[in-house]
Amino acid sequence: MLEGIFIGLEAAFSVKNILMVVAGCLIGTFIGMLPGLGPMSIIAIMIPVAITLGDPAAALILLAGVYYGAIFGGSTSSILLNAPGVAGTVATSFDGYPMARKGQAGKALTIAAVASFAGGTIGAILLMIFAPALSSVALLFHSAEYFALMVVGLSAIAAFAGTGQVAKALMMTILGLILATVGEGALFNMPRFTMGMMDLQSGISFITLAMAMFALPEAMFLVLNPARGASNAEGGSNKITNLRFSREEGKAMLPVIGRQSVQGFFIGVLPGAGATIASFLGYAVERNIAKGGEREEFGKGSVKGLAAPETANNAACTGSFVPLLTLGIPGSGTTAILLGALIALNVTPGPRLMTDTPEIFWAVIISMFIGNLVLLVLNLPLIPYIAKILSIPRNYLIPFILFFTLMGAYIGQNNATELLLLVGFGVMATIFRFADYPLAPLLIGFILGTMLEDNFSRSMQLYRGLDFIIERPMTLGLLVLAALLVLLPSYRARRARKRAEGVADGD
Amino acid sequence: MALDRWIALIFVTFCSIYGYAAFFTMDQLLPPFMQRNPVWPSTFPKVLSVLGIIVGMIVLLGVEKAEDNGEPSATEINYRRLGDYKIGQALMLLGLMVLYALMLRPAGFLISTTTFLVVGSAILGERKLHIMIPVGALATGFVWYLVQEVLGIFLRPFPFFMGM
Repeated sequence: MLEGIFIGLEAAFSVKNILMVVAGCLIGTFIGMLPGLGPMSIIAIMIPVAITLGDPAAALILLAGVYYGAIFGGSTSSILLNAPGVAGTVATSFDGYPMARKGQAGKALTIAAVASFAGGTIGAILLMIFAPALSSVALLFHSAEYFALMVVGLSAIAAFAGTGQVAKALMMTILGLILATVGEGALFNMPRFTMGMMDLQSGISFITLAMAMFALPEAMFLVLNPARGASNAEGGSNKITNLRFSREEGKAMLPVIGRQSVQGFFIGVLPGAGATIASFLGYAVERNIAKGGEREEFGKGSVKGLAAPETANNAACTGSFVPLLTLGIPGSGTTAILLGALIALNVTPGPRLMTDTPEIFWAVIISMFIGNLVLLVLNLPLIPYIAKILSIPRNYLIPFILFFTLMGAYIGQNNATELLLLVGFGVMATIFRFADYPLAPLLIGFILGTMLEDNFSRSMQLYRGLDFIIERPMTLGLLVLAALLVLLPSYRARRARKRAEGVADGD
Repeated sequence: MALDRWIALIFVTFCSIYGYAAFFTMDQLLPPFMQRNPVWPSTFPKVLSVLGIIVGMIVLLGVEKAEDNGEPSATEINYRRLGDYKIGQALMLLGLMVLYALMLRPAGFLISTTTFLVVGSAILGERKLHIMIPVGALATGFVWYLVQEVLGIFLRPFPFFMGM
């Protein structure tokens, strides 16, 4: 491991890569603050830039920097405006916004930055410990296990979607998988479902789909409902003054940071859970274990209530890199986009990444430390200036958001048909959002679709049929786990309802 | 019937068409040597279409009960309040995006993008065109320079008749 760390240090501390981290964090913070552009959209916009760099390590470092920057930018708009740009920072606004209303915006931002820094750094240390261990296990996997593992991942994403949402999330996953079958597959040299259109021959571009699923609906909602993303601040709270917090507050934060960085990391490792669940759970846990007076403070500007979700969501972001780097399976929408970028750069993430290209693996981990440091020492003092972007009127902002969305899809492919596809899928995604369908499963299904089918077909060919399910106990075990993950939530909901009905009858 | 179940109905129909293509039309072109394989190009789509129909039916029939989350907040989006929203603006912007997609090649990047930004803000109600036109033109020029010169991705700057 030590050798790897040195390789990583050597790669990450080149002038070019440090510039990449700094640039990534700044761009991420800048755009992440805007309403409607979450980390997924920003990374999708940045992918063509990253691909042009040519160097996979530098590209991944840039994108990872953008990712942290975007999460940090999202917290900033949660605190200042009560308008979280990212779902993962919704919990931040519970205590961050009341604090800003009290005129302590500067303090709230510093607490958020320190908590993010601690969460991200501890997360990166845990990643250094767990990723190599997991990838040595993953080397034993065959295509049958990979197939089963991806099925587990996809079902976990659906299972975590929430009560009453499992079937909807599964539906979206299947739609994603169906969209992935369009075009010419790797195993069969024949076009499928292209409807005779040449532009569909190479399949649907994942950047186009990512933009259509996330950036476009959010921009449409901003147009439809001007109250969304508008400043709810009633004067005064936008003034960012004193950035310091007291020693007592620091002491109160310390145990919260310790607990939440570990908890957040492990939630992040689970496929489908990610930063949003980590931050809400972190907030709930800290509120439940807080004593009397401190619990009263939650929701009214509590230091602990702000530190908990911020630590947890950053640790979870780092945790979500574990399945990506060791198994090549993304657990969240954002890591799914990163996976797409890696594939475009000719890097196959998976257990062999560590042995084949250790410089990429370790450079990314080392750059996480640098990125967190950059956010703390460079972005935090600049926040009062960057926050000026929030005062741009929406009449100017929205056309630009739409334009960046279009450009992101266009420059990756240089094909105007992509733009029409983007608008079409964007309208579809907006309707899905109206009907409360989760969209991340669709994108993850789309990105995993090709790999899922390849691994499935390969195991079918090796075992001349479906025998691989019975002959490989691990595959069978994983598939059973996947079935349980899908069925358990609805079984438990049904039992809870039955029990509730029983009580109501006076039984 | 609520919107989510309408979508499920459309999804089930879509899966049926997709499944029909997978089960009945795709394999006709399959060369004989591939027919001896245990897995065909249509295998995975067949599985997907069956799964899709099952899951779609579950949503359609409302087997899984959703939790009632109460009244949505003012900033949450809800299709039942569609009448309150600025749907005209949204549709016009979508139209503008389609137009942009169609005009990008023939009219060149600089003209179409500047027009897109200015018209977009005008649709949203911006009346200070003396500010928006220079801002739009400047931003377009900057993005074009960045993409073309720094990233090295070709974007045709001028209309087709100007020879580039």
